[in-house]
Amino acid sequence: MIDSRSLFAPDIDLISLQELDTITEIPKEEYVLKCTSACAGCSDSLTLRYVLKAAGPDTVLVVPACCTSVIQGIYPNTAFNIPVYNIAFGAAAACASGMSNAFRLAGKKTNVIVYAGDGGTLDIGIQAMSGAFERGTDFLYICYDNEAYGNTGMQRSGGTPMGARTTTTPAGKPDAKKDIDAIIAAHDPPYMATACAAYPMDLFRKVQKALTFRGPSFIHVLAPCPPGWRYSTEKTVEMGKLAVKSGMWILYEREYGKLSISPQSKVAMKKPIPLEDYLAPQGRFRGIDAKTLEMLRQHLLKNIKKLAAEEAEE
Amino acid sequence: MKKIATGNKAVAEAVKQVKPAVIAAYPITPQTEIVEQIAEFVSTGELNSRYIPVESEHSAMAACIGASITGVRTFTATSSHGLLYMHEMTNWAAGARLPVVMANVNRSIGPGWNIWAEHTDAMQERDTGWLQVYVSTVQEAYDATIMAFRIAEHNDVLLPVMVNLDGFTLSHIMQPLDTIEIGDFIPPMHLPHAIDPKNPAGYGGLTGPDQHFRFRWDIERSMRDSVKVIETTEKDFYQRFGRKYGFTEDYCCEDADVVVVSMGTLGKEAEVAIDILRKEGIKAGSMRLRWFRPFPQLNLMGKEVVVIDRDYSFGFGGILAKSIEARQKTDVYGVIAGLGGQEVTFEDIADFIRKRHIGQEFWFGVNDNV
Repeated sequence: MIDSRSLFAPDIDLISLQELDTITEIPKEEYVLKCTSACAGCSDSLTLRYVLKAAGPDTVLVVPACCTSVIQGIYPNTAFNIPVYNIAFGAAAACASGMSNAFRLAGKKTNVIVYAGDGGTLDIGIQAMSGAFERGTDFLYICYDNEAYGNTGMQRSGGTPMGARTTTTPAGKPDAKKDIDAIIAAHDPPYMATACAAYPMDLFRKVQKALTFRGPSFIHVLAPCPPGWRYSTEKTVEMGKLAVKSGMWILYEREYGKLSISPQSKVAMKKPIPLEDYLAPQGRFRGIDAKTLEMLRQHLLKNIKKLAAEEAEE
Repeated sequence: MKKIATGNKAVAEAVKQVKPAVIAAYPITPQTEIVEQIAEFVSTGELNSRYIPVESEHSAMAACIGASITGVRTFTATSSHGLLYMHEMTNWAAGARLPVVMANVNRSIGPGWNIWAEHTDAMQERDTGWLQVYVSTVQEAYDATIMAFRIAEHNDVLLPVMVNLDGFTLSHIMQPLDTIEIGDFIPPMHLPHAIDPKNPAGYGGLTGPDQHFRFRWDIERSMRDSVKVIETTEKDFYQRFGRKYGFTEDYCCEDADVVVVSMGTLGKEAEVAIDILRKEGIKAGSMRLRWFRPFPQLNLMGKEVVVIDRDYSFGFGGILAKSIEARQKTDVYGVIAGLGGQEVTFEDIADFIRKRHIGQEFWFGVNDNV
């Protein structure tokens, strides 16, 4: 067994890292208005708030069936102050593909952003997404990943981690989380990243950066979900931080294939907090058996090692 | 300009005239030649469009939807399984009031794999809110495709239009084609609800039980209004280019005692059958239905009606026959013929008419005539 803590020497100044989370350069304009129908403690709306602040007003959001279809409000009202095009579950990337081509042919630079959940990305939308990336579509695809079908009441998705209880895996999911980032990386997009709204500055800058690239870019955002993960609503930001600090979620970006791990995760990878600290507050992992826990831990360590090795190579 | 072309090439030539901004398509037999020809036009610069070679028909229609909502003209083409695969999105295009134009090369549905003509593919789309026209010649395929854009984009309609041509018996046969310069026949597209970031709006979000039916009714209202738009478009086309079209193409119907109703290429075959029967002294006529949606009022008063269905609704009957029975409140002789490319000659059609039994159904090649 690998002890990840012995792999790295701690050399990052923790105080300067905290400064990274200051939010002074984030614009004051709000595009997610104060009338969403999101659950209390929803990180989808929190994520979207920073995404849209980074993207600005010349943006169209393409949204397949997901929590965001619901939180935008009921016709004739909308809680979003930018155009939102809702589309069928498996069709977001293809729809965005048509939209981006139409805008570019007309000489318009309007940002086209797909904002889709893990079900709409890892499962039903993967074919359309793969096609759009392969064709070099000029768009940003953001997957906000709450690791289950939240909108329909928390059924397992390809994004659900092993051991997590959902309404369709009442005894815990026996299968591992699908590695969508590896699948995206295989399409060799100019830019891809991971993020979490618990680190808003990091998320904000990654969205801004992604939109500077021509061609497809991808940001995979971990979206802790109080009703789905079964933790109390005030802990959403804390859950995101625990995910990163435990190494279960690693913040990084890849620019033309070159990996750089974000500072927060560099620290975490050198000295991750115990995995149990992340799992214990979540009701979905309650009663997880020792074998599954160990498999999760091994998977986590393998992932840390793989990313560390990839970065060291470059 | 006079040329010789296949039905597929004629559709591509029409698309070149109309100049959609975005074309998204996926290959499927027997439609493939349309998108190959369009891709060729785009690559040589004859057509300044974005051609999106999508990874599925579901994505083809989704891409057309995404492009169309920015306010630009879009086109796709498909057939059979491709059409069924995009079924979710054909509903979306109509519901979103987007004037996408699509050529569908009618083909049977598996299993088993059968690539030949049948109308059941398009018939399964009949309740989606798409206008549907069925053509019978290469020239008509060309003309109908051009007119489809004007009809779809008319602000009294704003619904997608499907141009249907029979697989192989029209898509792959060569006939003379007279191409035209359309000039200002189709006005620039104006989509009143086009996406505009300066005027943000939500599209297709949650719609409650207190509102949803209004959008459904709005589709039906436009479907009804489309009748007039089709009439004026076809009239203007006739005045400008000299070729006349209508909801039906009638042949010797006026004094007929018996009329055979069909769609697509069988309608042309039926005209030959009528000539034979007239020589025998049987006062027969042929009515080829062109527009299946909106479904027209047919003038069949006082006539016996034979309907040829190149399609079937299991547990119910021939879809065209049942539609006519319901709309005209009259019994018909329903003939199921031509499924999966089954050969149907003018002699067969003459026979259907001679041996008609009003109120009954006849499966050509299966039953003896009952």
